[in-house]
Amino acid sequence: MKRRRLLQTAAGLGALVVLRPVAAAPAPAPSPVLDVLVQGFANNQPVGTGRVKLGISPLIENGNAAPLTVTVDSPMTAADHVKRIAIFNEKNPERDVAIFTLGPRAGRASVSTRMRLATSQRLVAVAELSDGSFWQDRADVIVTLAACIEE
Amino acid sequence: MARTLVTVPKSAKRGDVIEIKTLIAHPMETGFRTGDGGSVLPRNIIRRFTCRYGDEVVFAAQLFPAVSANPLLSFFTVATDSGTLTCTWEGDNGFAQTESVALTVT
Amino acid sequence: MRTRALGLVVLLVFATGGAADERRSGLAFMSPALRAMQEDETSNPGTLWVKDGEASWSAPAGDAKRSCASCHGEAATAMRGVSARYPAYDARLARPIDLAGRIESCRTRHQRAAPVAREDATLLALEAFVGAQSRGLSIAPPADKRLDPYRARGKATWQRRMGQLDLSCADCHDGNAGRKLAGSVIPEGHPTGYPIYRLEWQSLGSFERRVRGCMAGVRAQPFAEDAVEQVELELYLMQRAAGLAVETPAVRP
Repeated sequence: MKRRRLLQTAAGLGALVVLRPVAAAPAPAPSPVLDVLVQGFANNQPVGTGRVKLGISPLIENGNAAPLTVTVDSPMTAADHVKRIAIFNEKNPERDVAIFTLGPRAGRASVSTRMRLATSQRLVAVAELSDGSFWQDRADVIVTLAACIEE
Repeated sequence: MARTLVTVPKSAKRGDVIEIKTLIAHPMETGFRTGDGGSVLPRNIIRRFTCRYGDEVVFAAQLFPAVSANPLLSFFTVATDSGTLTCTWEGDNGFAQTESVALTVT
Repeated sequence: MRTRALGLVVLLVFATGGAADERRSGLAFMSPALRAMQEDETSNPGTLWVKDGEASWSAPAGDAKRSCASCHGEAATAMRGVSARYPAYDARLARPIDLAGRIESCRTRHQRAAPVAREDATLLALEAFVGAQSRGLSIAPPADKRLDPYRARGKATWQRRMGQLDLSCADCHDGNAGRKLAGSVIPEGHPTGYPIYRLEWQSLGSFERRVRGCMAGVRAQPFAEDAVEQVELELYLMQRAAGLAVETPAVRP
């Protein structure tokens, strides 16, 4: 009786293990606004999460100039490289930030610049690879304003 | 002529991946700010940046008002042969500026 | 000479009681990204003004058509350590002047150039260029007895409540440094890196402009342009910051 129970439990557990789905790549931080922009840039092709890193300080001392770096994990060979990187925002007066064109001559897919942030919001960087695939990374920023406004 | 600063390594070995840092003095006026008197300050931004290594474009950028004033653009390229890196900024009101820097590749 | 230097070192050790220096420049209150923006001169926007100043240094100017270099020579040697010991006493004006005042004095008297406003781009660029020649050096206020009464008045200004908000500089920068004012960290107020590239201004600006912003912030009447009170305050603050490193051109939020 005990042995049968043990076997049944083991089989059940085995079934559980088999039936449990493979852990999916984490979904991008939700933002309907950014979803539309990403889909537009990717011509409605599927956009993976990962391979791209949007590096920006989570706490921004002044929204006039926030340093950021976008890096894409890519060998940057003629056969496999990053073609373009686009950055979009949620809450500035305009959604576009910049679109960078790279290529195999780049050697490394890493671009740095400084952007304006009107308020705390979510940002996205999308990369288009030479094989036609698209990848994205999102980052949240909290923007503090100067305590005393000049003039 | 806006002041620029283009930084490349003094020399590189063939095949090295080198970083190029560029800065240009430009207000990148968004077109959303109001000046004294309440009227909107018109948009005046750099819209396009290209970097040519010899004849070939190795990096380009399309910029929008969300890019900060006195914009920094920093990127990488593979050192192939000794040559000239030519950076061009173009924008509103006919703004166009080019800076060339020599790169020594051994 | 060596004995005197040694004596000074001994004196300093005694004066500080060998205690650790707890003063921190505004650099220490910034995020790593902004610290990197300041410390990497190839990506510090202030460098654009330093380069402008470098060009101005060698360019003939004014009715006299003389360049700064024609009198001073190479800035890297002639101007090294200069901004670290300003404000200084000007015997001809019989009052202290800040670095901008000294540059303006040279421009108008020796180059016979037209005077310009404090925030004029050429003047700021020269200030940035001259200041950059002291980058990394310790702030070293001159031991000039003539400066003492002015410095004392500067200290009194620092400690005096002012404006509709009835706050003194000391209330925030001595009493509450490191704490937050509406999301921003209050720095200690050491003018180590002027002229600074201030993100709020999206441009390089002078210490005078910064003080004007603070005073307007507490709804006090800012000093008049070229007012001696401005120089007195800077005199006191540079003494208060003595030994900290010059950071010109600094980056600040």
